[in-house]
Amino acid sequence: MKNTALTAIHEALGAKMVPFAGYNMPVSYEGVNIEHETVRKGVGVFDVSHMGEFLISGPNALALIQKVTSNDASKLYIGKAQYSCLPNETGGIVDDLIVYQIKEEQYLLVVNASNIDKDWNHITKYNKEFNADMRNISEGYSLLAIQGPKAVEAMQSLTSIDLSQIKFYNFKVADFAGIEHVIISATGYTGSGGFEIYCKNEEVKQVWNKVFEAGVNFGIKPIGLAARDTLRLEMGYCLYGNDINDTTSPFEAGLGWITKFTKDFVNSEALAQEKERGLERKLVAFELDDRGIPRHDYDIVDGQGNKIGIVTSGTMSPSLGKGIGLGYVPKIFSEVGSKINIQVRKKAIPATVVKLPFYKG
Amino acid sequence: MNLPSELKYTKDHEWVTIEGDVATVGITDFAQGELGDIVYVEVETLDETLDKDEVFGTVEAVKTVSDLFLPLSGEIIAFNEGLEEEPEKVNTDPYGEGWMIKIKISDASQIEELLSADAYKELVSA
Repeated sequence: MKNTALTAIHEALGAKMVPFAGYNMPVSYEGVNIEHETVRKGVGVFDVSHMGEFLISGPNALALIQKVTSNDASKLYIGKAQYSCLPNETGGIVDDLIVYQIKEEQYLLVVNASNIDKDWNHITKYNKEFNADMRNISEGYSLLAIQGPKAVEAMQSLTSIDLSQIKFYNFKVADFAGIEHVIISATGYTGSGGFEIYCKNEEVKQVWNKVFEAGVNFGIKPIGLAARDTLRLEMGYCLYGNDINDTTSPFEAGLGWITKFTKDFVNSEALAQEKERGLERKLVAFELDDRGIPRHDYDIVDGQGNKIGIVTSGTMSPSLGKGIGLGYVPKIFSEVGSKINIQVRKKAIPATVVKLPFYKG
Repeated sequence: MNLPSELKYTKDHEWVTIEGDVATVGITDFAQGELGDIVYVEVETLDETLDKDEVFGTVEAVKTVSDLFLPLSGEIIAFNEGLEEEPEKVNTDPYGEGWMIKIKISDASQIEELLSADAYKELVSA
């Protein structure tokens, strides 16, 4: 089991620790509902240092990224980030990721912790043709997500740049918490705004401590992975391993917006044909009409009790106070307003397909 | 960890208190702490007669679903309906307003098999 540079701090704060993607991670500190609300209304800090980081450099760096990712990375410029995915050769998804352009001919790929080795091997395979310089810097870098509507105001005193000027999915490399050359990125997985801060492991304790000092008057709190999941699900953001995987297509998953046929990429021909043909099933968002909580792998059934699909993510929404989820259903059940049922133990609970996000702020 | 000495306990982290032939059942302070924020308590077995160790309901925290096992054979004669609106009472008052069901005990000899507070404490500290 690996630790992040902050594990001892989490344990001292009384966090409940769980194994996640090979790391010993805080799942909650005070309780998931209060942590969730802290991010929705104030500001909270997640240690997500388990995430993987690859640095891709050289004259062919962009060509390699264009080959392995589905979004059009030629639209990037220095200081811009882009959500994307790595399609596999058989119609599915290797991983979803964020691509940052750091400087000319240099890009940072941020991938899911559970997929670091798989992604590295996949990209390496295609790099034979491009020979870009690839470095897996995951072990040496930490990542803090400082999220919530008060994040900008709470963190402003820690940096000389104007945080309010960093637009969504843009970033700056600047001083932060007394450390030079920190990546301050206006990204996140919560839907409540804020930043993601990338720094070296040996710097992160100082950053963590200064972040909490600066945030004290804003009610800043540490937030665990359990609230990270409820926050992302209220926005309908996909979680790799739940909602997307090696067998789900980007179109089925609603990721057509990051699948651009302006360039050739892994499996692009087959994906273009799939788009042309139309989809058989789609990932939909649903709310339960009655009391109950949908969970990963529960069956979705029709009015007669026939299985029509599967729940990929589900929870009790802390903001809405009802059961919400994502799941794959045949296209005929995918329109907003469609009635489906979720099989919760012995009961089929009626549910309605809704538009994302669940949480509208 | 709060373990009132006047209650009986089970290895499944439930507490039991007995008045005449009626037992009141909930989950322990230790159990609610391990589960975290409880968001749903489902008991669909009201008025049913079940054997000891059968599943009488489900308690759901944000990330987990756990079965609830009947500590004593008998008929389930009451469910704490207050938990439908406020399942968090299981977290805030596990031995009081967070009670879950009442059982009309059918075999009083099973009471002896329940654990004392000390025996339960030993179990969870092991």
